[in-house]
Amino acid sequence: MEKRVTFKGWLLPVCLIAPQVFISAVFFFYPAAQAVWQSLFIPDPFGLSKQFVGLGNFEFLLTDRFYRASFLTTAIFSVLVTLVSMIPALFLAVLADRLIKGAGVYRTLLIWPYAVAPAVAGVLWLFMFNTRVGVVSWYLGQLGYDWNHVLNGGEAMGLVVVASAWGRISYNFLFFFAALQSVPKSVIEAAAIDGARFWRRFFTIVLPLLSPTTFFLLVVNVVYSFFETFGVIHTITSGGPQQSTTILVYKVFSDGFVGQDLGSSSAQSVILLIVVGLLTVVQFKYIERRVHY
Amino acid sequence: MAREVHGMVEKRGMGLWLTHVLMIIGVLVIFFPIWLAFVASTVSQPEIVRPPMPIWPGDQFLENYKAALFSGVNVPVATMLFNSLVMAVGIAVGKIIISLLSAFAIVYFRFPGRNIFFWLIFLTLMLPVEVRIVPTYEVVAGFGMLNSYSGLIFPLIASATATFLFRQFFLTIPDELAEAARVDGARPMRFFIDIVVPMSRTNVAALFVILFIYGWNQYLWPLLITTDPEMNTIVMGIRQMFPSGDDVADWPVIMATSILAMIPPVIVVISMQKLFIRGLVDSEK
Repeated sequence: MEKRVTFKGWLLPVCLIAPQVFISAVFFFYPAAQAVWQSLFIPDPFGLSKQFVGLGNFEFLLTDRFYRASFLTTAIFSVLVTLVSMIPALFLAVLADRLIKGAGVYRTLLIWPYAVAPAVAGVLWLFMFNTRVGVVSWYLGQLGYDWNHVLNGGEAMGLVVVASAWGRISYNFLFFFAALQSVPKSVIEAAAIDGARFWRRFFTIVLPLLSPTTFFLLVVNVVYSFFETFGVIHTITSGGPQQSTTILVYKVFSDGFVGQDLGSSSAQSVILLIVVGLLTVVQFKYIERRVHY
Repeated sequence: MAREVHGMVEKRGMGLWLTHVLMIIGVLVIFFPIWLAFVASTVSQPEIVRPPMPIWPGDQFLENYKAALFSGVNVPVATMLFNSLVMAVGIAVGKIIISLLSAFAIVYFRFPGRNIFFWLIFLTLMLPVEVRIVPTYEVVAGFGMLNSYSGLIFPLIASATATFLFRQFFLTIPDELAEAARVDGARPMRFFIDIVVPMSRTNVAALFVILFIYGWNQYLWPLLITTDPEMNTIVMGIRQMFPSGDDVADWPVIMATSILAMIPPVIVVISMQKLFIRGLVDSEK
């Protein structure tokens, strides 16, 4: 789509666009290009010189046991976060949609966690499950279960998944609720007249009508769990124990800033860049489709 | 008839009560972590380190919040709150201004290189800061912008989501308005300030809510570039309050800080709920 009516001149628009172009160039394109460039080198330990290795960093990464493990960890983590954040959200949205009065009050209460930063969410959940003072871990102990996410990788994963999914329940709830509200009441009522009970109506009519929203949320939640959960992991587990919660973004950070392995960290950035690119393509393809609906 | 069908679809009687009960349980479960943090911020340290901690607020509210705000652990939390405020407002305002300007240029002018600019800006949609942290850090360090507000703000406004939104919105402004302005001999910037900006104010407000929360909740970037505690933001500063090694954390103060860290974004979200939901739905389109 284009405007038919436009203004003349080129100096003014170039000046108008200049701030954004400048900031994007300096803080975006140059660093991104640097990441690609650095991924082709191995710096010496003192940072004085570097050696060109071509795709050597990538070859190393793809055969590296730890990097592969991190890929798998990320996959498990993002699937779990997506499920744990979407299913309760859908359930709550269906409940809220059945209410004639009061849905707004519940919505206001449910929005809260969205505003809580992932890193703060991490601290809250860490506090509940802390091995020394945590309330939940204490009660688990009373029940005979010895909770220790500091040593147990599975428990650590469970904790970062729940802490990451928690705030997203609000987000997904808002989208599901909005989508449910826009399902035509006449369709539902017609099915009700035909004798379809609530769950049958839900699975045969409502859920298919929600599929654009569901698909959209799937993509967005996967992107979220890939890139925005760093704060949760850093506050709760720092990637441990034994790297069992080291997702890809965390590894870029720990190899680049803690391990000072710039070549490998840059190569990891480039790989992530490709992953984001693919996810974006999926997202836009889908959005194109939705526009045509 | 219509009424009866309505009754079949929207529950009444027992079903309605059950729905309310389930909903309340859901809200309580989701709220529990926040409630517990609040309780922990109102009791004393001995009450927490001897589990289980109480489930109702204690009487140390003022002491704990005073200790957090004015002494903190490394730096007073008031300082971190101020840094977060500058960062969040800076990101929101900065991004809105540069985006309004460039979207106006892209929509209302035909100039050489316009398409290239458009696609270059479009590309920035794809790369979260987490992916390019090492080189971006080097750029910011090279400019001497570590431990500065500009270092906290500028790298995070280099993305085009807002530009995209404004472009979509500008395309819906009727051509007649620009036509009339042109016939009247109005300069483009007059048109921009008198017509386009006022018409965009709902979008601007919605975007402000989203960007404020985005900026306030940043973690990784401030963690990297603010090595001086005086420049810490509150969201990243909480982690720094935990002692290294085996010392026991000062839980009441840390939890008071967590509550303080969530109050501004929660207030923004709740008070501007309608705008926020609109902004959220728009910006994800």
